[in-house]
Amino acid sequence: MPGFDFSNHTRNAALHARGVPLPKSTSTGTTIVGCIFDGGVVIAADTRATSGPIVADKNCEKLHYIAPQIWCAGAGTAADTEFTTALISSQLELHSLSTGRKPRVVTCMTMLKQHLFRYQGHIGAYLVVAGVDPTGVGLFTVHAHGSTDKLPYVTMGSGSLAAMSVFETQWKPSLTQEEAVKLASNAIQAGIFNDLGSGSNVDVAIITKDKTTLKRGYVRPNQRSEKQKSYIFARGTTAVLNEKIIRKEEISKYVSVHDLGSEETASGEKMDIDA
Amino acid sequence: MAAMFSQNPLMNGPNYSFNQTPTAAAAGNKEHAFYPYTDNGGSTLAIAGEDFTIIAGDTRSTSGYNINTRYQPKVFKIGGTTSSQDDANIILSVVGFAADGEALKERLDAIVKMYRYQHGKPMSVKACAQRLSTILYGKRFFPYYVHAILGGLDEEGKGAVYSYDPVGSYEREQCRAGGAAASLIMPFLDNQVNFKNQYMPGSGVGHDLQERERKPLPLVEVEALVKDAFDSAVERHIEVGDGLLMMMATKNGIEEKYIPLKRD
Amino acid sequence: MNHLPQGWGRPRDDVYGAYDASYLQNSGPNQHTQQPVVTGTSVVALKFKEGVVIAADNLASYGSLARFTDVKRLRTFADAAVVGFGGDVSDMQYLDRLLTSLDTEEAYGTTGHTLNAHNLHTYLSKVFYKRRSEFNPLWNQVLVAGVDQEKKPFLASADLLGTTFSAPSLATGFGAHLAQPILRTLAPDEEAAAGLSKEQAVEAIKECMKVLFYRDARSMDKYSIAVVTKDGIDLRENEKLEAQSWAFAEKIRGYGTQVN
Repeated sequence: MPGFDFSNHTRNAALHARGVPLPKSTSTGTTIVGCIFDGGVVIAADTRATSGPIVADKNCEKLHYIAPQIWCAGAGTAADTEFTTALISSQLELHSLSTGRKPRVVTCMTMLKQHLFRYQGHIGAYLVVAGVDPTGVGLFTVHAHGSTDKLPYVTMGSGSLAAMSVFETQWKPSLTQEEAVKLASNAIQAGIFNDLGSGSNVDVAIITKDKTTLKRGYVRPNQRSEKQKSYIFARGTTAVLNEKIIRKEEISKYVSVHDLGSEETASGEKMDIDA
Repeated sequence: MAAMFSQNPLMNGPNYSFNQTPTAAAAGNKEHAFYPYTDNGGSTLAIAGEDFTIIAGDTRSTSGYNINTRYQPKVFKIGGTTSSQDDANIILSVVGFAADGEALKERLDAIVKMYRYQHGKPMSVKACAQRLSTILYGKRFFPYYVHAILGGLDEEGKGAVYSYDPVGSYEREQCRAGGAAASLIMPFLDNQVNFKNQYMPGSGVGHDLQERERKPLPLVEVEALVKDAFDSAVERHIEVGDGLLMMMATKNGIEEKYIPLKRD
Repeated sequence: MNHLPQGWGRPRDDVYGAYDASYLQNSGPNQHTQQPVVTGTSVVALKFKEGVVIAADNLASYGSLARFTDVKRLRTFADAAVVGFGGDVSDMQYLDRLLTSLDTEEAYGTTGHTLNAHNLHTYLSKVFYKRRSEFNPLWNQVLVAGVDQEKKPFLASADLLGTTFSAPSLATGFGAHLAQPILRTLAPDEEAAAGLSKEQAVEAIKECMKVLFYRDARSMDKYSIAVVTKDGIDLRENEKLEAQSWAFAEKIRGYGTQVN
């Protein structure tokens, strides 16, 4: 059975009535914007994710893929924006396959609003949908309750007013691509520096009829400064009360081992530590 | 288990039992009352050395997701003879509700000034610390919503830091972090100032392992520690940032230092 | 089915706690705890080289009703300072009366007027803090603009809780969200503000009033603007927003799938 599982609803409602607080979800208290230019559309976002007053992620991605030429910026509950865009992306791909046409921005927007309206705002996704399709350029906002808006420039999230102040003073009709990117990036920076829910870097996605360019970390105005001291501990600083060594040869005594036969070991990303 | 603690004012303490529901309604009028407090965010930090004390605080003032201003000091000189406070020897930091902090600072300053005029000598940090406790407890049922930290040099010239809860409970300590990012900074201080969880490598086996010996840190090292603590707090707490104001009390008086912090 | 209220949908005490009937009372002791009624929206201000520019629109709202459209929310004090009021209008008028009597008292003193913008701000913040401590707040946020004892530009805020702060640019209400980002890019710090000319500052403030009119539903296009320097106050109370741009609206079609 697809969809959400509501089996814990009654129990959780009773617990909540008794004063057990709701679990805290990661929200992308965010600044996201979109702006149309001649021949395409640009969307941009900051990269801070918060949990209450704590920064949960300093460089998260808020620009989500929907289709090659349709992208979405998300604000609100992180999980909701993530899963909603992924779900619609998948449905839109299937729709495109069955119709044999390129997906349209209005289709994406309509699917999003119908999905969100059905859940009456309980899916906390606030989105900026943008893209180019055979009918032209599209730019919309979709609110969690299912309402939509269609404008030449849009902002959303906790930093939406800061970003909007930039558009309302600097926007003009028929912008070039460079002007639009500059404007969107300035709008995000207004959010980064004036709204506590937004911070770190500016991500930008430029969509034209020919291609989509994702510029991760387009502006990085908040690099961490060098530490004054080194915090490397001498080996043996941490107390060891008990020590037990299990050799590789005898590990099969504790767990079942299947030899994959390959010499190659997975290479992970190197951890970021002091020199 | 901590998540089970109730936020509901009707009940206090942990309650996950269905038998604890109140069966009598709360007495008195209930209304959407005017709430006389707000939280202006920010963080403070104090470390006492052998012959100095550093008290620092960020300079951001917030309300909700807004920045009120990027420069509002939370660290003050107390009890100087002039308005510039050049000859003061006591430092006070207040974080929490800024209006209460301002009122508290002005009251303590006036008292310490009066003491000087009446006794012909500056107030000792120890006496000032006790007096501050009395002031805070005086408003036990309408508290100053602040975390205050007082510092200076004691009668022997050693660094002294006193930290307070909003209703006047206080203690002399080696170091203390207060405000929004206190829970981020304090464990760092425990480890780096009091060397908690640090042992001397190879000094024994199991429970015989010797703890790293505590000794007061030099001024330059403490300054670096304070800067690093705030840089890290800025990274992870949205209400901390913009600038760092440090005050160092030594036998030569109080020196002030300002360092810019990230503004996002 | 039975006669018990619980059986008819009354929330069960063991689930929701006992019903609090005190909500229904409308007698009992008088409470001065209040809420703002007729309100003024944003006040915006910016420092420049020689002084401060401050502005507020001329609207007083009654909830969502634009009730009074000719209310002056900037008040001058003894040719030394301008106070811009946001929040409750009746509390503003009370404070206005308080300031008038302070003005009179000072003028009759042997030394004449000595109060500057800094002193006035301290006075107002103490009034606010005292009233909040009595649980009887004056529901305003004010900006005080002028010059201090050293004739340097002074700008500070005080509000109903007694919270005070100062910055090169300040804005109350909606302006804190919409106008501050514009003003902060122009004057990120005191040095930058000191490099601004009067013309630049006035232009920036007018731009802010325009953005606020575009985006704040409780605002209007008629406003007051004052420039305070050590030489005095230039107050204009009937300014009209200029160079508005609504051309983009022509091209907007619907909110979604509509094309024509």
